[in-house]
Amino acid sequence: MAEARAAVLLVALLSVASCLPLGPAICLAQDRTGIPTPTPAPTSIPAPISAPDVGHSNAVSDADGEALRALASRHFEAIGRGVARLGVSDAPWGKAVLEALHDGRLAVGSDSDRIVIRENGVARDAVTGATLTGDALRRIRVNNRIRGAIRIALAERALRANDVSAREAAAMALYHHPGADALPVLDRAMSREKAASVKRALTLARAAIVLKTGAAPGQERAAVETLGKSGRLDARGLLAGVASSSSDPEIAGSARKAVASIDRRQRLWGIVQNVFYGASLGSVLMLAAMGLAVTFGVMGVINMAHGELMMIGAYATYATQYGLHRWLPGLETWSLAVAVPVAFGVCWLLGIAIEKGLIRFLYGRPLETLLATWGLSLCLQQLVRSLFGPTNVAVTTPSFLSGSVAIGGTEITIGRIAILVFSGCVMAGLLFILRRTRFGLQMRAVTQNRRMAALMGIRTARVDALTFGLGSGIAGLAGVAVSQIDNVSPNLGQGYIIDSFLVVVFGGVGNLWGTLAAAMTLGIGDKVLEPLIGAVSGKILLLVLVILYIQKHPRGMFPLRGRGVDS
Amino acid sequence: MKTSMDFRSVRLAAGLVLLLSAVLSLGSLLPQQGVFSVSPFVVTIVGKYLSYAFLALAIDLVWGFAGILTLGHAAFFALGGYAMGMYLTREIGARGVYGNAHLPDFMVFLSWSDLPWYWMGSEHFAVSVLLVLLVPGALAALFGWLAFRSRVSGVYLSIITQALTFALMLAFFQNGLGFGGNNGLTDFKDVLGFDLHQARTRAALLALTGVFLAGSLMLARWVVSGRFGRLLVAVRDAESRTRFMGYRPDHAKLLVWILSAMIAAVGGAFYVLQVGIINPGEFTPGNSIEAVIWVAVGGRGTLSGAVLGAVLVNFGKTLFTAWMPEFWLYGLGFLFIATTLFLPCGLVGLVGSMGGRAGRNARTDPTPELVEPGRDEE
Repeated sequence: MAEARAAVLLVALLSVASCLPLGPAICLAQDRTGIPTPTPAPTSIPAPISAPDVGHSNAVSDADGEALRALASRHFEAIGRGVARLGVSDAPWGKAVLEALHDGRLAVGSDSDRIVIRENGVARDAVTGATLTGDALRRIRVNNRIRGAIRIALAERALRANDVSAREAAAMALYHHPGADALPVLDRAMSREKAASVKRALTLARAAIVLKTGAAPGQERAAVETLGKSGRLDARGLLAGVASSSSDPEIAGSARKAVASIDRRQRLWGIVQNVFYGASLGSVLMLAAMGLAVTFGVMGVINMAHGELMMIGAYATYATQYGLHRWLPGLETWSLAVAVPVAFGVCWLLGIAIEKGLIRFLYGRPLETLLATWGLSLCLQQLVRSLFGPTNVAVTTPSFLSGSVAIGGTEITIGRIAILVFSGCVMAGLLFILRRTRFGLQMRAVTQNRRMAALMGIRTARVDALTFGLGSGIAGLAGVAVSQIDNVSPNLGQGYIIDSFLVVVFGGVGNLWGTLAAAMTLGIGDKVLEPLIGAVSGKILLLVLVILYIQKHPRGMFPLRGRGVDS
Repeated sequence: MKTSMDFRSVRLAAGLVLLLSAVLSLGSLLPQQGVFSVSPFVVTIVGKYLSYAFLALAIDLVWGFAGILTLGHAAFFALGGYAMGMYLTREIGARGVYGNAHLPDFMVFLSWSDLPWYWMGSEHFAVSVLLVLLVPGALAALFGWLAFRSRVSGVYLSIITQALTFALMLAFFQNGLGFGGNNGLTDFKDVLGFDLHQARTRAALLALTGVFLAGSLMLARWVVSGRFGRLLVAVRDAESRTRFMGYRPDHAKLLVWILSAMIAAVGGAFYVLQVGIINPGEFTPGNSIEAVIWVAVGGRGTLSGAVLGAVLVNFGKTLFTAWMPEFWLYGLGFLFIATTLFLPCGLVGLVGSMGGRAGRNARTDPTPELVEPGRDEE
């Protein structure tokens, strides 16, 4: 509780300090004094905290006292004994003592047997936490053997923690660094463990130790089986070692089988992971292509400045973050949520301006529009370069979007999942607008038969402008997403434009589901081909396949059908 | 649409090209520091402009007369360049950095033991000239046959031409393809035994470029001014109607497409001879789109306008990038916008409408060449 409160205080101080010119210096000072030193948590010590001068003898059981006395010894053997005793002890200060001993911060008073932890120049009694002055101190020295024993003792303490996940982590630590002397510790923990997950981890650790150190002859076969069944990639090396070096042919054989099964499993998860990466890439393509599909559908021309609108969306994200950081630091965590409407709005306005100022004069000349929008894209690029500089700007990722989750045998980054979800939301929103709103109805009417729509009283010029604005706004949304996974520079748009063209053309005009199918096909195809024939060759192959596909189906996978549509 | 196939401006342009290249190459042979002497820099840069003019001419042939907006024509230009570059690379012989008489430097660097099969014969100039024409021609034939047969047109065709050049760019960036990867082919020494760094060789190359460009102009004029040209324009303006009348628009398009690819490739070959380097950057989709704007600026469907546009825009680029590099993109961007908005017939068309002669065959009423989905057109 106290730590939590201190942390809150610290954050508040930091945010105040960062507004002052002396920010860094103040932060540093806070760092030194404000953070509670990791002495044994005072709240959990029962009596002595209120009366430190009473001495430590009250709080220390006989066994613990003996352990402390052993630590005060000058003999490594005795110190080792003390460490082992602390491992099985429940004394709340035991962990801090062991850690201090490991780091060489543990000392003993030269005229007493008082054990002292030194921390940043302050000496504290190891048991009571009381600050001591004036005592002459002798550092307790350790050797490698004792360091190993400390590790085991700490693991043993952790294996008795109340928290299940802490116990599991301790067991897995032993699994990752198997040592023969951990075996009795594991066995003791196993006998009292109730939680299934911890039991699994303990079994794994035991199997690793058995195979690595040969500490328990005769148990190798069971160990191989355990590790093989776990399917863990980090067990593969160990098993492969056993397969090649074991003298028992039966064990070697089952180890080989276990290795093969791990490989199989890994391949399977590899495919799952590639498909996920592909879907993630596909969702980015989808975001990039959706706006293009909207403008293409109604104008019949591909807007070459679409990539630059995405780039401007990404810069809008950057500007939003910068602005919030500068003036509203309280909202900084939610900067992305703020950036979404900002980017949409900026690009929406820009899109309407482009339609009113440029596209409007070129209706009926789609190829000329293509050239004009290309020229516009060059201007926009140079404009952003003049305003923000030619180098990348740093867009931060909020903490809740960084990190990854393990699903089965793969790691999946949260940011990518978020983009997948975001892309789905944008598509759902767009579908809603198209299908369920009056504006969507008008838009579809104009797309399918402009003249008849005009005769029915639809103001086609207004619909054109709003549609172009909508498509541009969606490009801005794509820019927000892309700012999280890609470098934000004036050239950002160019990297996406060809891919998103292909998605739109491949999927068929005016059909969002077609765009989705095309984006996912290209994304997943790209990532599945990548490990097989290399990233660049895979990309080339995909391009060639799409070119060939368009020869076969010149209007894409899901062409619009209808009288007003055919050319 | 005025269809009076009067291409007097083409003959004029061909004459001017010949005059320009002849004067400059002769001038470069005069002793330096003279009043009329021309610096080697000017010879190289004009040679580059004229090589680009081939590309513009090629694009005008397909865009201006067959209505195919290609956004990937620089691919053929670059392929022609690579074919010539292969010959020049073999000419280096043992004078490379590694002194290997059989392998180009980059292959020695990749520790390849022998030449890949597709480099066979590249040491002969005649074979290389054939490759310059045949490789881009074959690619164009394959691509065009597939595309025109299945009636891919309009924006769709534009996009897949762009995908084509993008795919080629990615492929040529690969070291494993055997064309020098990132660096491309460069550091050439001589051609047919003539030192490429000598003023005489360079003057001759510029003069040759001029002769070939003038020849290409006349060839293109001959192609579009006869019955075939009329068929092309019919395909451009009303493809379905032409088909219903019994013509084969796909055949007409394919023929002009292949011819256009070969003209672009010749330009690429002259480019490499004079600029001295060819690398995958030439395949960048942006390059092809830029080449389209040369044609638009000069005047689409005039042939002479393409050459004029290529030379003028590139001259402007040279000036701009030397004086205020950060404004070049603005300039180019506004050029695109202004040309499409205010100058649909290009400079030649502008002169034509003022003088009433030279640009008579320019497109004075830009009719939509594509009835795109969702838009009813008469």
